[in-house]
Amino acid sequence: MEITIELLVFLVFALLTLAGGLGVVLARNLFRAALLLLLSLFGVAGLFVLLAAPFLAAVQVLIYMGGITILIIFAVMLTRGMVRARNVFSEQWDLAAIVSLAFLALVVYLLWQLQQGSSAALFAAPPPEGGLENPIAALGAALVDPAQYMLPFEVASVLLAGALIGAIYIARDDEVE
Amino acid sequence: MVPLWMFLLVAAALFAIGLFGVLSRRNAVAILMGVELMLNAVNINLIAFWRYRTPDTMIGQAFAVFVFVVAAAEAAVGLALIVAIYRRRQSVAVEDVNLLKW
Repeated sequence: MEITIELLVFLVFALLTLAGGLGVVLARNLFRAALLLLLSLFGVAGLFVLLAAPFLAAVQVLIYMGGITILIIFAVMLTRGMVRARNVFSEQWDLAAIVSLAFLALVVYLLWQLQQGSSAALFAAPPPEGGLENPIAALGAALVDPAQYMLPFEVASVLLAGALIGAIYIARDDEVE
Repeated sequence: MVPLWMFLLVAAALFAIGLFGVLSRRNAVAILMGVELMLNAVNINLIAFWRYRTPDTMIGQAFAVFVFVVAAAEAAVGLALIVAIYRRRQSVAVEDVNLLKW
């Protein structure tokens, strides 16, 4: 395979993603795990840019890295007695490792089979040229088009409102009236 | 040019890492981080298939946007639950939350 700059950039971001993810899972200090999660999410945002989805990369940086990770860091600090637990893994961690590795092996095997078989052309082909003129405008139009995603869009906004109210109610301190 | 299978491979590996985190960690916050990793792996798959298969429609990106929304809602409610549990039990280890365990 020809080594191109795009491939090198892909490898860098893939390495960031996977190394960050492994760090999240293996780190003993939970605060460090949260910071490594940030690194992993940044790698995913880079992969989105490589896949010609810059809007989603921006959303990834804003919502995941700016929102969800900060929320997780808040939770880590509010439960600070747990940051340095002695046993971070449960007793069934070996079983968990076997299940995860088996899952990975299954997917890799399936990918390999597909690459050998009828989908070989799809798997090796470059992405199609052209596409939409302005994908961000098309995405916005698709989300409010009644023939496309208007109903899921409204349901998603109701879900967010419900989650907001539910989170406030659940986390409220009962002692304070 | 990067072929499709490389993206799928990275997504599969990230999903397996997240799965291991969810199954093996004791701390509920760490489990939630594993779930976030798995959701991100799914998003990589959605966008990769969109880019290589149907770049002239918006279906893959729209699905990814809804995954973002659900992930944000899940993180907010999950962390609120964790904070509430910590206030009652002084612990967020999942084996200490056993009131409903049969």
